[in-house]
Amino acid sequence: MTNSIQEIANADFILATGTNTTEGHPIIGIQVKKAVRNGATLAVVDPRSTEIAGLANYHLRIKSGTDIALLNGLANVIIAEELWNKEFVTERTEDFDALRETVAKYTPDYVSEITGVPAETIKEVARGYAKAKNASILYTMGITQHICGTHNVFAVANLTMLCGQIGKESSGVNPLRGQNNVQGACDMGALPAFFPAYQPVALEANRAKFAAAWGVDELPSKTGLTVGEIIDEAGKSVKAIYILGENPVLSDPDSNHAAHNLESLDFLVVQDIFLTETAQLADVVLPASSFAEKDGTFSNTERRVQRVRKAVNPPGEAKADWEIICMIATALGYPMNYGSAGEIMDEIAKVTPSYGGISFARLENGSLQWPCPTAEHPGTKFLHVGKFGRGLGKFHAVEHIPPNEMPDEEYPLILSTGRRRYHYHTGTMTQRTGALEVFYPTEYLEINCIDAAKLGIEDGDKVRVTSRRGQVEVAAKITEIVTPGLVFTSFQYPDVPINKLTNAARDPISKIPEYKVCAVKVEKVS
Amino acid sequence: MANVTLTINSEQVTVPAGTKVLDAAREAGFFIPTFCHDPEAPGYGGCRICVVNIKGARSLMASCVTEATNGMVVETESPDVVEARKTILELLLANHPTDCLTCDKNGDCKLQDYAYRYGVGSSGFGGEKHSYPVDNSNPYITRDLNKCILCGRCVRTCAQVEDRQVIDFAYRGFQTRVAPAMDTNLAESACVSCARCVAVCPVGALTYTNLSGKGRTYEIAKKQVTCSFCDAGCQFDLNYKGDKVIGVTAKAPGEGRPLCLKGRLGMELRYSDQPLTPMLKKDNEFVEVSWPEALELEDVLAKLKELEK
Amino acid sequence: MVATVTLTIDGIQVTVPKGSTVLEAAESVGVFIPTFCHDPELSKPGACRICVVEIPGARNLPASCVTEATEGMVVYTASEAVLEARKTNLELLLANHPEDCLTCNKNGECKLQDYAYYYGVKVGAFPGEKHNYPIEEDNPFIVRDMNKCILCGKCVRMCQEIQGNNAIDFAYRGFNALVTPAMGTTYSDSDISNCVFCGNCVSVCPVGALSEKGMLGKARKWEIEKVTTTCPYCGVGCSFDLNVKDGKVIGVTSTDGDVNGRALCVKGRFGYGFINHPDRLKKPLIKKDGKFEEATWAEAIAFVKEKLGAVKANYGPDAIALLSSARCTNEENYLMNKLARAVLGTNSVDHCARL
Ligand code: SF4
Ligand code: SF4
Ligand code: SF4
Ligand code: SF4
Ligand code: SF4
Ligand code: SF4
Ligand code: FES
Ligand code: FES
Repeated sequence: MTNSIQEIANADFILATGTNTTEGHPIIGIQVKKAVRNGATLAVVDPRSTEIAGLANYHLRIKSGTDIALLNGLANVIIAEELWNKEFVTERTEDFDALRETVAKYTPDYVSEITGVPAETIKEVARGYAKAKNASILYTMGITQHICGTHNVFAVANLTMLCGQIGKESSGVNPLRGQNNVQGACDMGALPAFFPAYQPVALEANRAKFAAAWGVDELPSKTGLTVGEIIDEAGKSVKAIYILGENPVLSDPDSNHAAHNLESLDFLVVQDIFLTETAQLADVVLPASSFAEKDGTFSNTERRVQRVRKAVNPPGEAKADWEIICMIATALGYPMNYGSAGEIMDEIAKVTPSYGGISFARLENGSLQWPCPTAEHPGTKFLHVGKFGRGLGKFHAVEHIPPNEMPDEEYPLILSTGRRRYHYHTGTMTQRTGALEVFYPTEYLEINCIDAAKLGIEDGDKVRVTSRRGQVEVAAKITEIVTPGLVFTSFQYPDVPINKLTNAARDPISKIPEYKVCAVKVEKVS
Repeated sequence: MANVTLTINSEQVTVPAGTKVLDAAREAGFFIPTFCHDPEAPGYGGCRICVVNIKGARSLMASCVTEATNGMVVETESPDVVEARKTILELLLANHPTDCLTCDKNGDCKLQDYAYRYGVGSSGFGGEKHSYPVDNSNPYITRDLNKCILCGRCVRTCAQVEDRQVIDFAYRGFQTRVAPAMDTNLAESACVSCARCVAVCPVGALTYTNLSGKGRTYEIAKKQVTCSFCDAGCQFDLNYKGDKVIGVTAKAPGEGRPLCLKGRLGMELRYSDQPLTPMLKKDNEFVEVSWPEALELEDVLAKLKELEK
Repeated sequence: MVATVTLTIDGIQVTVPKGSTVLEAAESVGVFIPTFCHDPELSKPGACRICVVEIPGARNLPASCVTEATEGMVVYTASEAVLEARKTNLELLLANHPEDCLTCNKNGECKLQDYAYYYGVKVGAFPGEKHNYPIEEDNPFIVRDMNKCILCGKCVRMCQEIQGNNAIDFAYRGFNALVTPAMGTTYSDSDISNCVFCGNCVSVCPVGALSEKGMLGKARKWEIEKVTTTCPYCGVGCSFDLNVKDGKVIGVTSTDGDVNGRALCVKGRFGYGFINHPDRLKKPLIKKDGKFEEATWAEAIAFVKEKLGAVKANYGPDAIALLSSARCTNEENYLMNKLARAVLGTNSVDHCARL
């Protein structure tokens, strides 16, 4: 996030796109509701009429997968009506002409046709956003920040730069991280092309620096495989995988294929707290610790580094993940001897410029937002004041690309997947709390009454959902939340392994699979 | 010494012969509640809250008086045991005042702890309540017999000191209570205010008058000190609230020693941030006295003064 | 410069920014004033009147939480009149209050109990009519015992002003006044109540009227050790306190987090049960003939070493890949990056960074 969570409440205009904030990120939802109570204008872009859409001044019910067209359309209006921030664009950005050219054809009428949003609404939202004193954009699309933005992200960034709605309090681009430490995993170099702090492995100087810090002669220069490629190559060029606390068998798109590939590996090690669907395929399972049983830090979606503190001992012989990694490294001939998680952080601070000033001792007095380069630095509340990381902000003109798989005669409905308030990720944790799963025990498929009537489905009926890749059975819930032509469910219930259906086609740059859209058919199970 | 091996909650436990089931279970880390049991004076077995299920026994057995034997199979929390404990607690609470709100024992009371543990509320039985007047005739010890559960620990600890035996059970049935001879109040009795009884009372029936209202048990941290008046070395607790000592309480008598008021007062004067006003009984009445008199140091002081001159 | 005013509280000179309340001024110098309905983060109804003080010249005893401190003001926080008023206030509350501290889960952290003890007010001093509301426990998260409610209204304002869900409000008057979801329904009827079980109302209740269901009967307040940590669920990173007794996590309560203040969502507050779940892995497992068998750490690590070593020797380092975790700590992700690059010699390390 370029801003802090608490700044959201002071925004005058909030554009929430693809985020059901009150369910997915309830505490940010609180800030949005506060802003609305303070008189902010809220525009929500979502095909479903979610809780937050109910609070919005504008609910833009776009057709799934048409976000870029909409964002380009907003830019079109802002340029056409001369609402853009000329000073900001001149002084702080480049390649404006490319943007102007590209968005020229995205007139409100044209965009309305693609997205299904009325042209007048597009105009009003564009005006509201451009004229607001502070405007914040919230979205969750699982991008990998700073490295290789997807086209969606470019389109969002274009809009903020065009209006100068960035680099100040309560104004900016705020992707909301789904999992607790996605930010930290990226920051720490759990990425195939980057060392910690996004230092490219391709650069000789970086490799030399880390080789020296780690006391090895050389480090590999070839960019590694992404998670999707790792699963694809499993059993082919990849022979062994070590998986830490993830459950790709349920969470990955086209999960039949993921399971099959993992099974054909020479060797699979899974380290987790439960015997997950993925762990069941492993040759070795290592018992790890939950967050309550170890020390460390998480970095949240606003770059805030916070302490995780050990409250209890792990059960049985389970150990903290960091201790297990150290044991493996040591066994492989590279002794890792850290006395505590704090010592690891000390090493991180040495090699990670943005974490340079962070230590457990400082975190005792409160959290710190990176960049925090030195021990005296107070941390950074919002990014890009006066200057972007790369100097001038670059407009990347992007075109609307229809989803990889569109409905057709055989698979006439669009399936979209997401999260539920009461659950988390693949449910490994939230299905075992003694409370959450009691209140929200089963998953269902949201389907519009028009589609339901056509298919002869009644509320609560068991239905079979089939895509080109697989099928699942689930109970139907007839609702106005989804528009005709769209069905929705979450991927958080092991009983409804919906990712058997989803499309593994990936964004060519970010390699993020297209979870949000795939074509399915729905039939009643007799 | 010979050992015996028994099974407690499916766990094999080996203890020296002669060990009571209660001690064997606690040693192995199992919880058993007790009211009347006093490790310093064991073998009473009156309250029965400590019952356990012993395979083959005719009824539930009081673990504090039952010896562990070879091959014995014990369950400490089986449904029948829990049921029995609940019934005992319900009966006790039926005649017990609902006074935890402001009771000075709140937070350190066995009756309350066990009621919470076994989920027994105060309203279950709604039996007859006592309305004994609270005895605060003694300036140090407050006796509220409405809260007494008749465990007898005070009686036994008092009787352990020769020529004390100040209190004993009196009357029967619902009227049973612990009382000094002739059922006088404490001030009129032979009580020497040593507070041995207060130290062992599991509930709020016996409390320190000077600590009343000064702090909840969970706000108070205790630090043990050893009395230095005589060489017996009785143990006292300094009661800290924050960084202030709000009073001194008796913990345990020294080996073969009675525990005495003078020792407690001495500790009070030395450590307490607001020492209480010392009072001694003269002509059967408590009257305020000076600290030298309370600590029997008058003659020593007089001598010192003389020497100084 | 902020304008200030100077006043005298119990003989102590106090200088505070203009606009401060008498309560804030007193708290700034450590003078204790009890409060029930006041909360620094919420609007101030000045309704419960336990916080009254004596200000010579004022018509009656004003509520300090809504009285502005003015220049030269003289305040007594514990005069006889004040103590009398507070005692009467407590007696009236206790008159309709169940005598249930014995097993009440709030015992030890209850403002009503604390103040009753502090001011020496006994139960039964003023026996009045008791309520007989059924205890609401038809959901797995929150138990509501309105018999113990003192109508301070903090839950109502928390839900309105912080959570923004307006799930509950006051209904009826006098002895029958009650905090309830719309149409007298329960929290769990969420279509009507709009309650999302964030439990933020529970975090402000000063008495035992609202409790976390999972914590009932698990520990007395004074037995609990609190460990402040960061939520393991979403990327917001709320802070909260793990409540620990005898080496077990028995619940989650609010702390004052940098991100979230006291607010949490249902997952963070009520989603801790997995920690103690019997399915937790407790020993390393090695698959033999398609079946997992328990192994020692030494065996498991030796096996991993042998297998990874063999793959590396036969196919080169890029035949090994590591999937790190967005659920693990920074330190662990850093070590995975180091293990991949420095130890195994591959850059194939990634994590599940999607949605
Ligand atoms: S006064 Fe206390 S120690 Fe004595 S019998 Fe009663 S409860 Fe037991
Ligand atoms: S003696 Fe124990 S149960 Fe009785 S009122 Fe006091 S604290 Fe409560
Ligand atoms: S709410 Fe407070 S006063 Fe009421 S029963 Fe519970 S602890 Fe006692
Ligand atoms: S749990 Fe949350 S939503 Fe429900 S009443 Fe309480 S504060 Fe309101
Ligand atoms: S339930 Fe608690 S917070 Fe709400 S009004 Fe009653 S006492 Fe106050
Ligand atoms: S409490 Fe809820 S909103 Fe906060 S971090 Fe946890 S899951 Fe996210
Ligand atoms: S403790 Fe055993 S009978 Fe009382
Ligand atoms: S706290 Fe001041 S009126 Fe309630």
